[in-house]
Amino acid sequence: MTGVLAQTPRQRVAFPSNWSARIAFVALAIYVVYASTILDISWARFAAGIEHGSRFLSRMFPPNVAPDKLQLLFGGMVESMQIAIIATVAGVLVSLPLGLAAARNLSPAPLAWTARGSIALFRSFHPVIVAILFVKAVGFGALAGMLALIVASLGFIAKLVAEAVEEMSMQQVEGVRATGSPFLSLVIMGVLPQVMPRFIGFSAYQLDSNLRNSALVGLVGGGGIGSTLFTAFQRFDYDFVLTIVLAIIGVVMVGEIVSGWMRRLFQ
Amino acid sequence: MNADTAMTREGALRLWQRFTPAERSMRSAFYLITVMAVIWSVQTVAIIPEFFYDAPQQTADLFARMWPIDWAWYPKVVHAALIETLHTATLGTAVAVVLASLVALMVARNITGSVVLNTIGRLILVATRSVHAIVWALFFVAVFGPGALAGTLAIAVHSIGFTGKFLSEAIEESKPGPIEALVAAGASPLAVLIKGYWPQVKPAFLAIAMFRWDINVRESAVLGLVGGGGLGMALDTALSNLYWDQAGLVLLVIFTVVIAAEIVTAWVRAKII
Repeated sequence: MTGVLAQTPRQRVAFPSNWSARIAFVALAIYVVYASTILDISWARFAAGIEHGSRFLSRMFPPNVAPDKLQLLFGGMVESMQIAIIATVAGVLVSLPLGLAAARNLSPAPLAWTARGSIALFRSFHPVIVAILFVKAVGFGALAGMLALIVASLGFIAKLVAEAVEEMSMQQVEGVRATGSPFLSLVIMGVLPQVMPRFIGFSAYQLDSNLRNSALVGLVGGGGIGSTLFTAFQRFDYDFVLTIVLAIIGVVMVGEIVSGWMRRLFQ
Repeated sequence: MNADTAMTREGALRLWQRFTPAERSMRSAFYLITVMAVIWSVQTVAIIPEFFYDAPQQTADLFARMWPIDWAWYPKVVHAALIETLHTATLGTAVAVVLASLVALMVARNITGSVVLNTIGRLILVATRSVHAIVWALFFVAVFGPGALAGTLAIAVHSIGFTGKFLSEAIEESKPGPIEALVAAGASPLAVLIKGYWPQVKPAFLAIAMFRWDINVRESAVLGLVGGGGLGMALDTALSNLYWDQAGLVLLVIFTVVIAAEIVTAWVRAKII
């Protein structure tokens, strides 16, 4: 874009005006105003909300740390962690074969496309929606949350495993194949060593993503800290809500550090 | 990695090992901890087995109730909800990008020299990201009342962390050459920002914004479950009325719009970036 105006030597400008960028900015500004009117967002509502919000915040401080509340918090948090751990491990175990099936360089085309289709289906629904369906299928509680997070993990890890397998070098696979080994040995000796470090990386990421999401599935009846949070909200226990939210932030941060260690260990 | 010891005596039997003993013991410890964590979780998690027995019937019942899908509900409620969801996602992303740019400038060490400001910015990024959009929506619904305003703000605030993190990394990776040239020419700080940094981070900036928009379409579709407006609100209405054929319609619309958003993102990325 810059080269066009600089062609005539006399009028060389250091920074020629970029009209397409200006038009894009104006268009964006117009869109923001338009969308705000569509969504009924107005300054008056915003200002009223700010006043509301200050009252709300004052009810949240100080965070409630009464022993009985802390016990509730602890129970919910432990259940969330259990949900996250089981969901991650189960998701990882299932997504390895599913990812291999979806890799176009290893599996026959019909199988690969079926696997890809199911991965796309798993990925496109938010864990909360999946949780709603599982709550209907298996009832309220940790099981529904766990199953929902397993589906979410499948969608994420299987897709990345398939990509990693497609990117790996086929020479090692050819080498193992040349020895006449069956498919399972081919996978264990030729494929897994190449994708393992990345696989552990995805799993570590999925663990902290599941930890975060396990706070969500509880909102629709999937157990864990989310249920505790939603109950506190409905009972207007805003000071306890703040405690729970701070605890979630803390656990998620610790989870991020732990998964960082895991990734470094297997690099 | 253990090559030093093996290389010292030429001709002696070389024992090559892939990992050092420390690495091996760390890995074994990791496996052990994982297995223990799984056993602990499986043994103590509260699962009511009775619920599990009729799961197949319940699932069959679920799909039986969804079919046939209530198409007539689309023009009445779902279409407006779909438009609202798309606007929520787009406007939320726009607001998030503006706010995240400010925080990213505060976090980037080559722009803000103060360690205190860097740390504060980083804290903002972590805190906004750790609290999920739906939890933010719960807050904003309590403050602003149910509706798209709460949903948009939830999307915007939650996206700050993700967008700001990647933006600050892009800013920190920009080359110092053009910046030094501008400073040497006597450019004002604003001019350095616009003419020195912006052209360098622009591709990353657009890519991050598009990627976040894709995620936000997915997220804004469920915000309505807690009162954030859009498709989630329609889903919530259908579910609380136990009209599963309407819920099936909303799920189908969500599925379609998520796939469409992914295709649009991929297309724009290939075209522009």
